[in-house]
Amino acid sequence: MDATPRTTPRKSATFDDYSLSEIRRAAESGIYDIRGAGAKRKVPHFDDLLFLGASMSRYPLEGYREKCATDLWLGTRFARKPIHIKIPITIAGMSFGSLSAQAKEALGRGASIMGTSTTTGDGGMTEEERGHSEILVYQLLPSRYGMNPDDLRRADAIEIVVGQGAKPGGGGMLLGQKITERVAEMRTLPVGIDQRSACRHPDWTGPDDLEIKIEELREITDWEKPIYIKVGASRPYYDTALAVKSGADVIVLDGMQGGTAATQEVFIEHVGLPILGAIRPAVQALQDLDMHRKVQLIVSGGIRNGADVAKALALGADAVSIGSAALAALGDNDPHWEHEYAKLGTTAGAYDDWHEGRDPAGISTQDPELGARLHPELTGRRLANYLSVMTLEAQTIARACGKSHVRNLEPEDLVALTVEAAAMAKVPLAGTDWIPGSKSDW
Amino acid sequence: MPEVDLGVTPLRELNAALHRLTPETNERHWVIDHPAGRHAIAAGLNVPVTVEINGPVGYYCAGMNKHATVLVNGSAGVGVAENMMSGFVHVTGDASQSAGATGRGGLLRIDGNASSRCGISMKGIDIVVKGSVGHMSAFMAQAGTLVVFGDAGDSLGDSIYEARLFVRGSVKSLGADCIEKEMHDEHKRAIHQVLTRAGFDGEVDPSEFKRYGSARKLYHFHVDHAGEY
Repeated sequence: MDATPRTTPRKSATFDDYSLSEIRRAAESGIYDIRGAGAKRKVPHFDDLLFLGASMSRYPLEGYREKCATDLWLGTRFARKPIHIKIPITIAGMSFGSLSAQAKEALGRGASIMGTSTTTGDGGMTEEERGHSEILVYQLLPSRYGMNPDDLRRADAIEIVVGQGAKPGGGGMLLGQKITERVAEMRTLPVGIDQRSACRHPDWTGPDDLEIKIEELREITDWEKPIYIKVGASRPYYDTALAVKSGADVIVLDGMQGGTAATQEVFIEHVGLPILGAIRPAVQALQDLDMHRKVQLIVSGGIRNGADVAKALALGADAVSIGSAALAALGDNDPHWEHEYAKLGTTAGAYDDWHEGRDPAGISTQDPELGARLHPELTGRRLANYLSVMTLEAQTIARACGKSHVRNLEPEDLVALTVEAAAMAKVPLAGTDWIPGSKSDW
Repeated sequence: MPEVDLGVTPLRELNAALHRLTPETNERHWVIDHPAGRHAIAAGLNVPVTVEINGPVGYYCAGMNKHATVLVNGSAGVGVAENMMSGFVHVTGDASQSAGATGRGGLLRIDGNASSRCGISMKGIDIVVKGSVGHMSAFMAQAGTLVVFGDAGDSLGDSIYEARLFVRGSVKSLGADCIEKEMHDEHKRAIHQVLTRAGFDGEVDPSEFKRYGSARKLYHFHVDHAGEY
């Protein structure tokens, strides 16, 4: 027997276990992988930033005594009835169809307790969400499923969806398992088909047309409603500038970590920008047009806690929006359902086959039995608790930086832990005055 | 009969006045002069009145119309009667792109030609075009009826769902999953019904039309269909 010592078996860093499993899956099925949620790969994010806090040259506010406001107005540019929200965190657009009616109701309840807004999705407005959302933003998507002037008028704002972070340039997708009779009726589709929404709007092309489209929406609603434009983060400077030119009151900028109900895995992981790299160019565009704070900027994609909120605001956003985190607060991917996740071949924290409609938590499903597991009142309260904690956390940081309103946080309050984050957020690398890519870097 | 000169009255004022009307209004026939291609004229109407517009209109005329009758004595820009819910919109001239886009009900009649994407994503509207329609018409059409007296351009009915398409002239090409289907008496009756509502009672023989609709092969993902798109 050869006594030569053998090297330890080594797996390829390139062809890792996940890549190999995907190759096997693709070879077997012949179709790309479809899943929900946002990018799972590690990208530069808010964790790569730190606040400096007060020091000799900055005065903090007393944590439990001095006021630190969190409210803001949205839609002050043109709308006759702008929206006032009490916290700088809104609930992102998620459709009835992708989510159960109970989940939509819970989102409305939680948001309303905290005085903030929730948003419809690619499937129209349901009574559950209108009835339980004090402030409801109505999305106008390329599919126009369920679109009607009555809902436009009973909405509090209108969000024109050009794109979303999980799939900039892609349309919606809802597979047959979730096209129940009610969902099909709302969307004027045959029951049980695999629905693939358009990626472009049917009646306008480009910002010049969009300006006219916005004029039409304003005319239909007698110029009352704030009009948002939502874009996936890809060319944030130009997209923001063009959204301003088109007449937006509010711009929603969604990074690649933002979730989707369903699309191709390759789309989610390989198209678009992480939100950290998108905020400063968008803010720069607003500043160049003298529109910063006049057209409000809401950013989303991977917001998890009050620190993320504070960092987004410090980079120049007016508010943030959450989707995946809100679903987690309702119970999505909760270890409580681990035995059922295991039956689906996954584990709590990794479940992303939202398109299959078998969500044990009763959130991303149209199965009446699964949906009934979700108690809208109780889970709405959980969402309100979570929003409250995030707000308190953001206030804690803002006070430590000496700010009497969270929107007063600024880039000067931040440093970066990595060169990449410093370059993207345009703040100095910690302990240095170096901002990679800035003119002083030349 | 209110008469509004858009050369003098701001559009916003006109639309606001139309939106204030109640179903019981006595002002049931409005005449609009000098539209000069303005956009969103008579958009968002919600009562059964008649609005007669003398001249060409811009984008989204009668957008999201509900209950009203809108007569355009001239041509219409992009998206005339887009997302119409009910009522009747009649364009005596040509219509630009996306006429009747995403419409959910009501009837759109175009006496001239309609450009590309006529009836795109239609969801229940009925559309009658006396002339021809451009490319990608009835793209992703979900429900409703499109009747074309003339010809249809490329990719008619691409990715169509359950809308019914009837074309009297030639079709340059059919889009993905759109096929010609046999005409039966029920389809001739359907054409007759739509044409009668559009004011063509007995003028046109329904049997001269060919029927197109969904092959329903792309309703579900299947690897063997990848090349169809």
